[in-house]
Amino acid sequence: MLKDIFITPFVDMFSAPDFLLQVLWEGLVSGILYALIALGFVLIFRSSRIFNFAQGIMVVFAALTLVGLHAMGIPAWISVVLTLGVMFVLAVSIERIVLRPLVGQPDIILFMATIGITLFLIGGGEIIFGGENKVMITEELGIPTGDTVLEPWGGLLILQHLDITVVVVATALVAALLAFLNYTQMGRAIRALGDDHQAALSVGISLQTVWVLVWFIAGIIALVTGIAWGARAGVSFALEVIAYKALPVLMLGGLESITGAIIGGLMIGILEKLFEIYWGQPLLGGNTETWFAFVLALIVLLFRPQGLFGEKIIERV
Amino acid sequence: MLYRTAGQFKTSYKSDQALFPIKQDAFLLGVILLFAVVIFPLTASEFTFQTILIPILIYSLAALGLNILTGFAGQLSLGTAAFMGVGAYACYKMVTLMPWMNPIVAILFSGIFSAGVGVAFGIPSLRIKGFYLAIATLAAQFFLVWLFEKWAWLYNYNASGAIQVPNLKMFGVYIAGPQASSVVQYFVVLFIVSLLTMVCINLTRGNLGRTWKATRDMDIAAELIGINLMKSKLTAFAVSSYIVGVAGALFVFMWRGAAEPNLFDIPLSFRVLFIAIIGGLGSVMGNFLGAILIVGLPVVLNLLPAALGIPISSATVEHLNIMCIGSLIIFFLIVEPHGLAQLWKLIREKLIIWPFPH
Repeated sequence: MLKDIFITPFVDMFSAPDFLLQVLWEGLVSGILYALIALGFVLIFRSSRIFNFAQGIMVVFAALTLVGLHAMGIPAWISVVLTLGVMFVLAVSIERIVLRPLVGQPDIILFMATIGITLFLIGGGEIIFGGENKVMITEELGIPTGDTVLEPWGGLLILQHLDITVVVVATALVAALLAFLNYTQMGRAIRALGDDHQAALSVGISLQTVWVLVWFIAGIIALVTGIAWGARAGVSFALEVIAYKALPVLMLGGLESITGAIIGGLMIGILEKLFEIYWGQPLLGGNTETWFAFVLALIVLLFRPQGLFGEKIIERV
Repeated sequence: MLYRTAGQFKTSYKSDQALFPIKQDAFLLGVILLFAVVIFPLTASEFTFQTILIPILIYSLAALGLNILTGFAGQLSLGTAAFMGVGAYACYKMVTLMPWMNPIVAILFSGIFSAGVGVAFGIPSLRIKGFYLAIATLAAQFFLVWLFEKWAWLYNYNASGAIQVPNLKMFGVYIAGPQASSVVQYFVVLFIVSLLTMVCINLTRGNLGRTWKATRDMDIAAELIGINLMKSKLTAFAVSSYIVGVAGALFVFMWRGAAEPNLFDIPLSFRVLFIAIIGGLGSVMGNFLGAILIVGLPVVLNLLPAALGIPISSATVEHLNIMCIGSLIIFFLIVEPHGLAQLWKLIREKLIIWPFPH
C-alpha cells in the first residue's frame, strides 16, 4: 500500500517522461483557464469586497451568446463584438439594479445576491438559447484546430494547436490586464479602491464607474474563457463546474492577490492532473478532480489562513 | 387592536422568560398547530402532501440546521447537502444492517454520524475565517459526494449506485418505503421537525446559544471575555450537522424514497442556504417562512400558466422558475436583507401600536 502511494507513481513518471510531459501540458492549459476565471473574481473582490459567484455562469452566458448570435447568421467576429456589448450591458445592469441598492450590506448578503444573479442568468440563458449542448464556432473565429506531435526521448507528445492558442491568448490577456492595472489611470483607480474604499472615494474616484468597469473586465475574461473552454468541451451549462474550480484557486492564492490567482491557477491545474493520473485513477477509482483542488486549498489554508499571497489578516477588537 | 400586549404583567423572572410571554403569540402558535395536526391531514390531497407539506417541513429543518451554524455561530457553510447525504446514507446503512431497529430511532441516530463528519470538517474553522472557511465546507461538499459514488459499501453494492428505501414498519404501520402512506409520513416528519425545533429554540436561548452569538459577533472579543472558541465553534458544527443530517435522512426516507449521490450536489446546498437567508439569519421561525416561499413558489409557478390558459412548455416553465427564484432572492435582499423573520417582527411591532401609532 505504502509502496503504491510513495514509490510506484514516481517510478511511472520517470519511466515514461513523455507521458508525464503530456500530463503537465494538459494541467498547464486548464490551470491557465482557472487562473483567468480567478482573475475575474479577484478584480471584483478587490474593488468591491464582493465574492462574485456569478463569474462561472458569466463564462457560460458569454459563450452561449456568442454561439447564439452566430447561429442567427451574424458573422463570427461581429458576434464577438456584439457579445462584448452584451457583457457591457450586463455589467451596467448588475451594478445599477443589484449592487447599488446593496452597498454597505454584509459580505454574505452580497455573496447571496451574486448567487441570485447566477440563477437568473441560468434561467434566462436557457430560455433564450436553449439548454442543449452547442458547438463552439472555433473555425469561424480562425482558431487553429490541428495538432503537433513531438517525440521527446523517443516518446510521444501531442500538442493541440487549440491549447497552444489558449496559452498564448491567455498569457497576452493577463499581461494586458496587468499593464492596464499598473499603468493607466483607471487601473490605478481600481487598485486604489481595492486598498481603501474611503480614501479612494475621498480623492474623487467614482465607485460606480469602477464597479461597471471591473464587471465588464470580468465579462471580457468570461468571454475568452468561454471560447477556450467551449472549444474543448462544447458550450453548455455543464461549463459552470469550472467556476467552482476557480474558488480553490482563489483561496490558495489569496482573495486579494492577482499574482496569487495566476500562480494558484497553474498550481491547481497541474497538481490535480498529476494527482488524478498517478494517484487518483490507480488507487481511488478516478474522478478525483472534483475535490482535489478543494482539499489542497484546505490543507494550504490550515498553514496560511490568508492563502499563499493574500494580505495578512490583522484583527482588532 | 387584536395584538395588544398591554396589561400582560409578569410577576416573576420565570414567566418573563417563558417561550411565549405574549398571549397572542401562544394563540397564533396554537392555530398553526391546529392546522398542522388536524386540518391539513384531513383535507390535504396526496399531491399536496408530496409537493408542499412534507418538503416544506424537511427543508425548514435543513435550513434550521444551517442557520444554527451560519446565523447563530457565524460560520459560513456551503456543504449542507453533503451533510444531508451523510445522514441519509447513515440511516440507510443502519436500517439495512439492523432491520429490527425502530425507523424513527434510526433517523434520529443517523444525525450523530453527520455530526461527527461535520465536526471533522469544522476543525479548520478554528484557523480559517469568513469566505476562506467556505472552502472547507465546499471541500466537504465535493469530497463527500464523490465518496457516496465510489464507496460501494455505502449503497450495499447496488448495480444502480443508488439507495432505495426499504419498507419499514413501526407499530404495524408502514412509515417508509413504497408502501407507506403520505399521511403517516407527514406525521412522522411533523413530529421530528417539531421536536428538533423545540430543542433548537431552547438551545439558542440558553448558555450555548449565547456563546454562539458572541462568537458570531466578534470572535476575538468573545475569546477575551472567556468563551472557549474551540468549544463554541465545534458545538455549533456538531449541532448544525446533526440537524442537517436528520433532515437528510428524512429527505430520502420520508420524501424522495430513493437517492443517487448527485441528489446531494451543490444546488441542494444553495437551496437550503437561500431558505436560511431569505427566512432570516439568526432566527428559528424564519426558516419555516423561507421554506414556504422557496418550496411553494415553484409549485405555484408551475400551476399558474395552466390556470391562466397560457400555453408554455414545461421546460420553459422550469427555466422561468429558476429566473424567478433568482430575481426574488435579489429582490428580498434589497428590500429586507434580514429576511422574512425581520419582516414579521416589523409587522408585529406595527400591530402592537395599531391603530394609534403615536
